[in-house]
Amino acid sequence: MSNPPNIPPITEDGFWLPAQASTIAAETDHTWWVTYWMSIFFFFLVIVPMIYFAIVHKRKSETEKTSPIDHSMKIEIAWTVLPTGLLLWLFALGVTGYANSQVAPDNSYEIKVTAQMFSWSFQYPDGTVSGELTVPKGRPVKLVMSSQDVIHSFFVAEFRVKQDVVPGLYTTLWFEANKTMETALQCTEYCGEKHSNMLTKVTVLEPKDFQTWIDNGGTMEKMPPVEWGAKLYASRGCANCHSVDGTRVQGPTFKGFWTKGSEKLTDGSTVKIDENYVRQSILEPATQIVEGYPNVMSAYAGQLRDEDIDALIAWLKTQN
Amino acid sequence: MSRSITAEEVSQIPQSGGTNYINAEQGVWSWLTTVDHKRIALMYLVSTLIAFLMGGFFALLLRFELLHPGKDLLDAKGYNQAFTLHGAVMVFLFVIPSTPAVLGNFLLPIMLGAKDVAFPKLNLLSLYLYWTGALFTLSSLVTSGLDTGWTFYVPFSTAVSDTSVIAVTFGVFILGFSSILTGLNFIVTVHKLRAPGITWYRLPLFCWGIYATSLVQVLATPVLAITLLLLIFEKVAQIGIFNPKLGGDPVLYQHFFWFYSHPAVYIMILPGMAIISDVIAVHSHRRIFGYKAIAFSSVAIALIGFLVWGHHMFTSGQSELASAIFSFLTFFVAIPSGIKVFNWTSTMWRGSIAWNTPMFYGMSFLFLFTIGGLTGLFLGTLNVDLHLHDTYFVVAHFHYVMMGGSVIAFLAGLFHWWPKMTGRMYNDSLGKLSCVIVFIGFNMTFFTQFFLGSRGMPRRYYTYLDQFQPLHAFSTYGSWVLGLGLILGLVTLLASLKSGARAPSNPWGAKSLEWETQSPPITENFKRTPLVTHGPYDYDTTEDK
Repeated sequence: MSNPPNIPPITEDGFWLPAQASTIAAETDHTWWVTYWMSIFFFFLVIVPMIYFAIVHKRKSETEKTSPIDHSMKIEIAWTVLPTGLLLWLFALGVTGYANSQVAPDNSYEIKVTAQMFSWSFQYPDGTVSGELTVPKGRPVKLVMSSQDVIHSFFVAEFRVKQDVVPGLYTTLWFEANKTMETALQCTEYCGEKHSNMLTKVTVLEPKDFQTWIDNGGTMEKMPPVEWGAKLYASRGCANCHSVDGTRVQGPTFKGFWTKGSEKLTDGSTVKIDENYVRQSILEPATQIVEGYPNVMSAYAGQLRDEDIDALIAWLKTQN
Repeated sequence: MSRSITAEEVSQIPQSGGTNYINAEQGVWSWLTTVDHKRIALMYLVSTLIAFLMGGFFALLLRFELLHPGKDLLDAKGYNQAFTLHGAVMVFLFVIPSTPAVLGNFLLPIMLGAKDVAFPKLNLLSLYLYWTGALFTLSSLVTSGLDTGWTFYVPFSTAVSDTSVIAVTFGVFILGFSSILTGLNFIVTVHKLRAPGITWYRLPLFCWGIYATSLVQVLATPVLAITLLLLIFEKVAQIGIFNPKLGGDPVLYQHFFWFYSHPAVYIMILPGMAIISDVIAVHSHRRIFGYKAIAFSSVAIALIGFLVWGHHMFTSGQSELASAIFSFLTFFVAIPSGIKVFNWTSTMWRGSIAWNTPMFYGMSFLFLFTIGGLTGLFLGTLNVDLHLHDTYFVVAHFHYVMMGGSVIAFLAGLFHWWPKMTGRMYNDSLGKLSCVIVFIGFNMTFFTQFFLGSRGMPRRYYTYLDQFQPLHAFSTYGSWVLGLGLILGLVTLLASLKSGARAPSNPWGAKSLEWETQSPPITENFKRTPLVTHGPYDYDTTEDK
């Protein structure tokens, strides 16, 4: 097995933490390292004496007498007050970093994020919609997120950000990417069977490349519709439920779909397979459920542009 | 009226060797209708160990599946069911009931010098409720399984999952009542049934820990019951409470759920701390260091534990202010836990430390729980949690606390009180070997998961990015070592029943009351109510105070 198609790895950097790729990552990592060394200190403070006592005070006879000292106000106050001080310091570091990570700067570039089982959709201010997240370097990006079905969570390791995406509620998250890179966005709230497939690619581009990407409608180079359709199929979650090799998954397979001619629906009617049927099934799938399949597909209305639907139809026609 | 005799006199009563609580009555019916706390404890022991083996089986299954990305053994649905059942069985059927219902039940009345708990019939009802709840929970195995995670998050559990959510939540609802009644019973027992001379400060620290646990059980569990009922209402009657499509609020569910389930963490760890306090003092033959500090820190943890549930929800969409307050309060739970750890280590200072199985498990607990506690600091710190939340770092952290803490402590307690409970000594070398193998296997399995998490591996993933494969594989190999160690430990105990030497009444030279009656005890625990004239840790000391 290998990574799902088109998902780059998380960039590693040393033993513990991934590479840093956002403006808040350094502060988060600073808090991490303070906590880390504090933990190491307290760990050895407990474990070294434990092992030492176990060895030097190992029982030599059953009648051995032991120390009568069973409390010491001085030392007990010390080991209460000192850790309390250190913990307050940790709290302060954590809450400061948290505040910085929660309040988006005023000039942020706003992207609307929609999560559904099991795909991500990003809508840009100009109407461009993409299944992958592409952002400019050096500009704060604010995500306004909501879910169509169950709770999901947005996590990009190199940015050190995470936020649940909740149905019936808008949650927000911001970051400013500070290097051009590619990485994986992973869903981190369990959302069902394909939870671990709810991944997509994150790309950070130079501002001028990002402009080109936006101008082309969410791609660096204009693609022919069939190719674009194939890309949408892979990146927009279609592949989770519709196979192209005839395997039955949650939804009907696309193999030989177009040449089949017609489809029988759960309400008993038969519908002709044409461009309008496909368009309607993508935008409002619940209105025409194929017989023998569950009504589980989320509506894509508002998440695909007309050009995207055209491309998907063009691609569907090639699936024989 | 009979004259009270002193504890010393009790210990000098010649042992009959014949009658004890196990052979006092014969036949299955005598067990099913018993109100003897010790017999009920033994039935809990067998039941919870079966649950432990089942939960362990699911754990090995899901670890095996994670050897490689994609399918090794199970498909995604099978994997999701395996991790859900592993969590649900371990939490609700094993860790929560294990120490209070097994060791607490067995020991609390004896340590208090009482004949039984305050409400013996209620105690038996708790056991029957446990069995009923377990049946509902496990019925999912033969119906449609369960794939929601042990947390039953909405709206997935109410609107999407087509598995046995109702049967399992109803099972957990019933299990909750078992837990509440046990807690209630213990609280009354500690207050009312202490023998003459047992003041609060002469209680073994085990009793303080169980008492604090009982408070949490009684106060927190009803909230879980309410939450699960609301969930069932929503799923069955489509009443919108949590599902936004019906006008509900999914974050509200998380508040309700964690209002119980965070205190439940203390229902799981406080009894472990209770065991360790006794195990370390007894096998060091030393007065425990900071008796009052340990006793009151248990109560402090129980109370502060009610105020920190929001730290499970830093990324949930709760308000930033709420997150900041919950983070602040969370650090205050760390302090009493830290105090306990320092006291336990100090208790070993200038002690007379036996290198035996219970003490090995006790030291293993100190090592693993310290790591579990310290890694909690990373998760309580707000900005670091944003990175680590819902990754394997969390999985590793709570296994260090729940397994490295609670389960290892339970094993320490089981090896410590086994001679008292069964009247048999086990093979100490095998016991120590099992402890070492468990320790190595545990660290291989779970320490690895800290790196997985900090590097960005989310939890509850059936398949994963290729870069995580070597660490996942190493963790899986560790789970095999861990399984082997646990089986060896179990075999050691079971073998003692067949071929172990008869246990004397006080094999460890301990000072608390349970060691002054015969092993195994008679049904009434003591022939006469003992009069206690010294504390539970009054060991012979050198003069140079």
